[in-house]
Amino acid sequence: MSAVENARQTHSEVLLDVDGISLSFGGVKAIRGVSFNIMKGEIRAIIGPNGAGKTSMLNVINGFYHPQEGKITYKGETRRRMRSHVAARQGIARTFQNVALFTGMSTLDNLMTGRLLKMREGILQQTVDMLLQAVYLGPAKRHEMNERKYVEEIIDFLEIEAIRKVPVGRLPYGLQKRVELGRAIAMEPDLLLLDEPMAGMNLEEKGDMSRFIIDLNDQYGTTIALIEHDMGVVMDLSDRVLVLNYGEKIADGTPAEVSANQDVIDAYLGVS
Amino acid sequence: MELLYAVFVAPFVDMFSYPAFFAEVVLGGLTTGVMYSLVALGFVLIFKASGVFNFSQGVLALFAALTLVGLMTGTMPFTLKTYSALALPEWAAIAVTGVVMVGLAYAIERIVLRPLVNQDEIILFMATIGLAFVLEGLGDMMWGSDVKALDVGIPTGSFEVKGVLVQVFDLWAAGIAAVLVVILAVFFQKTKIGRALRAVADDHQAALSVGIPLKTIWIAVWSVAGLVALVAGIMWGSKSGVQFSLSLIALKALPVLILGGFTSIPGAIVGGLIIGVGEKIAEVYWGPLVNGAIENWFAYVLALLFLLYRPQGLFGEKIIERI
Amino acid sequence: MLYRETGQFKTSYSADQAIFPIFQDKIFILVWLVIAFVAVPLIASEYWFQVILIPFLVFSLATLGLNILVGYCGQISLGTGAFMAVGAFSAYKIATNVPDLNIVFVILLSGLITAGVGILFGLPSLRIKGFYLAVATLAAQFFLIWVFNKFGWFVNYSPSGSIAIPPMKIFGVIVTSAKADPVARYFLALCFTVVLALLAKNLVRGPTGRSWMAIRDMDIAAEIIGIKPLATKLKAFAVSSFYIGIAGALFFSAWLGTAESDAFDINLSFDVLFMVIIGGLGSIAGSFLGAAFIVLLPILLSNIFVGELGFAVLTAKHIETMFFGGLIIFFLAVEPHGLARLWQITKEKLRIWPFPH
Repeated sequence: MSAVENARQTHSEVLLDVDGISLSFGGVKAIRGVSFNIMKGEIRAIIGPNGAGKTSMLNVINGFYHPQEGKITYKGETRRRMRSHVAARQGIARTFQNVALFTGMSTLDNLMTGRLLKMREGILQQTVDMLLQAVYLGPAKRHEMNERKYVEEIIDFLEIEAIRKVPVGRLPYGLQKRVELGRAIAMEPDLLLLDEPMAGMNLEEKGDMSRFIIDLNDQYGTTIALIEHDMGVVMDLSDRVLVLNYGEKIADGTPAEVSANQDVIDAYLGVS
Repeated sequence: MELLYAVFVAPFVDMFSYPAFFAEVVLGGLTTGVMYSLVALGFVLIFKASGVFNFSQGVLALFAALTLVGLMTGTMPFTLKTYSALALPEWAAIAVTGVVMVGLAYAIERIVLRPLVNQDEIILFMATIGLAFVLEGLGDMMWGSDVKALDVGIPTGSFEVKGVLVQVFDLWAAGIAAVLVVILAVFFQKTKIGRALRAVADDHQAALSVGIPLKTIWIAVWSVAGLVALVAGIMWGSKSGVQFSLSLIALKALPVLILGGFTSIPGAIVGGLIIGVGEKIAEVYWGPLVNGAIENWFAYVLALLFLLYRPQGLFGEKIIERI
Repeated sequence: MLYRETGQFKTSYSADQAIFPIFQDKIFILVWLVIAFVAVPLIASEYWFQVILIPFLVFSLATLGLNILVGYCGQISLGTGAFMAVGAFSAYKIATNVPDLNIVFVILLSGLITAGVGILFGLPSLRIKGFYLAVATLAAQFFLIWVFNKFGWFVNYSPSGSIAIPPMKIFGVIVTSAKADPVARYFLALCFTVVLALLAKNLVRGPTGRSWMAIRDMDIAAEIIGIKPLATKLKAFAVSSFYIGIAGALFFSAWLGTAESDAFDINLSFDVLFMVIIGGLGSIAGSFLGAAFIVLLPILLSNIFVGELGFAVLTAKHIETMFFGGLIIFFLAVEPHGLARLWQITKEKLRIWPFPH
């Protein structure tokens, strides 16, 4: 299903609502009063020139940066600040521009870390779980096998069987990005934030990545927000596009609307 | 009830009832503080310029002092025999030791820093622990591990001010430390090489890419730190004799740095003074309640509390993490 | 030719996840276990037990514990000596106050007490990292030793200030104190070590180990994927201190029989840290290699320098200090994963032997 057909599907439920967010570091204002929303099940692109505040916006959404003003409503709950591990447990996963994988571990282990947020909380439960893991009997062993099976499906989906046991530090950049995507998927997120997932990839790799993103959205219903510079990808993949410039929103609409918007052309797209 | 009084009231009553004694305790603490600061200065230099936390700074001071004493007594290294014909006058011995410290900096850059150039800071830190051990063993082997006296002619004696006993030596120590701090502060802020050092501390690879010669910078920094260690070694050695415990000062310098901030030269001084005075006061006024030796841990616990509430120290730079 | 994996295909995830997936490795470990449990007790002399074997086991446990904290979770600690002291003094107080309690439980309880202390001193690790944390652990090191020194309660008010383990039995055999047969003390240490090593290996391969390594590799990313940093770090401190406490209890009860607080000073902390670095950060097997290396090296050096070459004992000690320092620098520069990695590289070469590539 192409994005065009996707768009005909009405996305009517708001998953994330961003309201009047402002973020500054010392004297630098990275985001100024930006408001937008993301519908459940859509693919939302965020574009704009470098330094526009796109990555900062993602960081605010998943709780890594805390905004000075504004609020965020996610799955009906409104808050301004949230610790990032809480955001993760509530179903927000993301990838990074500079690939934040655990370089000391293999591909398989990295993907398995994505499952760690499923671990039981509570001091007593955690102690019991640790003891069971140490002895590797019964529930601990079953749990490990289940996680392994789940992660192997992701490995199949992303076609990375060959590099299962390779320490990720040794992988080429394109494959690292794929593994990072896998780790995010392993978290079973409701909202997946991708920061330039195609950066540094050739045409073939971009095709693969696009396919994965579309399949995730189609088959698993994952809502996806992605920062992307390749306008071809943005036009093909996304349902709606948000345009930022110097920390402010300058356009918000379908890919067709946005690419025709004069402000956007002036600030970012240029004339083709 | 009695316990509460003894802990929270009695010591302060003591302090105010005998102000002259209290002043002497504080002065003593300040002197020790100055000594800590001298060692901490070396740490800050190296950290500011290379991001390396040099655990061996205290041992460098010990090594410098040992070398100095050896040269002044005409000891032949490794054989531990003295020949008065070889004994050098103070100024010559200090100069030669200075050269030795520079040579040592060169060796350290070549053998320790270069192979580890892109590693994590924790790895470099552990490497400096290894370095401390090497220098300690080397110093003991070359010059002997017994306690030695050191006298480079710093005036001693004492006089009274309003009933408080002041040591001349302590005044000299403070003066020398002050001069050193001023020289270093000017060096870092005003000179070209000082700027280059700050660039290197920030980002090795970026500094390399703008043509800053990393190797030369590191040798320069470690040499300066070595000379600072020499000064520290002279002061400590003159005061309490040259012995192994000098290197334990390295451990005490850590709390000093935490209080003052790892990247601040004035912070090293202020931190050192606070720790020195704090320790002394705690030991003298609260020590008797628990049979003494509070000095063993007071500095560290103070640093720990600081870390919980102000991790960058009094003067350090706030750390912002980006991803 | 010997060490080939040909034909060893794994047909289930559980087989793939086994500790020793390669058949030859299984044999290798079995051989070592047989040597440890059967051959050694039969042929080792008392000197070997007292000077080499028992301290090797005790330090292996301590190194395992510290490796969990430093190598797997990336939190540096210079307080190992003090935590071993906690284990030792706990064992003493429990053994003397509850004389009927089996030594195994005494040691386990000592481990738990040490775990509690470890959690306490690990609390700052949420806000403090790297060498700042090292300083916090130094506070633990100096403060705890001071406490054991100053308060006579810990030594049952003995005037000498030292503690001695009473003779205790398992199945009617005396296993502690000078009255015990060295073989008995050896077995006590051996059983604890083997069981705890297995538990550690399982733990680090599973979810807990992965959460530790995530924190080590990039703690910010770890938090962003949902790992709770404080809980994870405290677990590392707890488990690590548990192991170190048991090592301390065995240090006292199975190896030396007596102890005093000064034996657990900062030098002990450095010794164990060196074992971790040389053996290999983040390696269970490496912990054993590192401990063996550092237990054996001084003996080897003194045999060469004092025995063969006739140097003075003091000089040999200086050479030993320098040698350790140099070795640390060498390993960190050349092979930060220590002897464990060197061993792995050897195995890789063995896989294609006798072909060069």
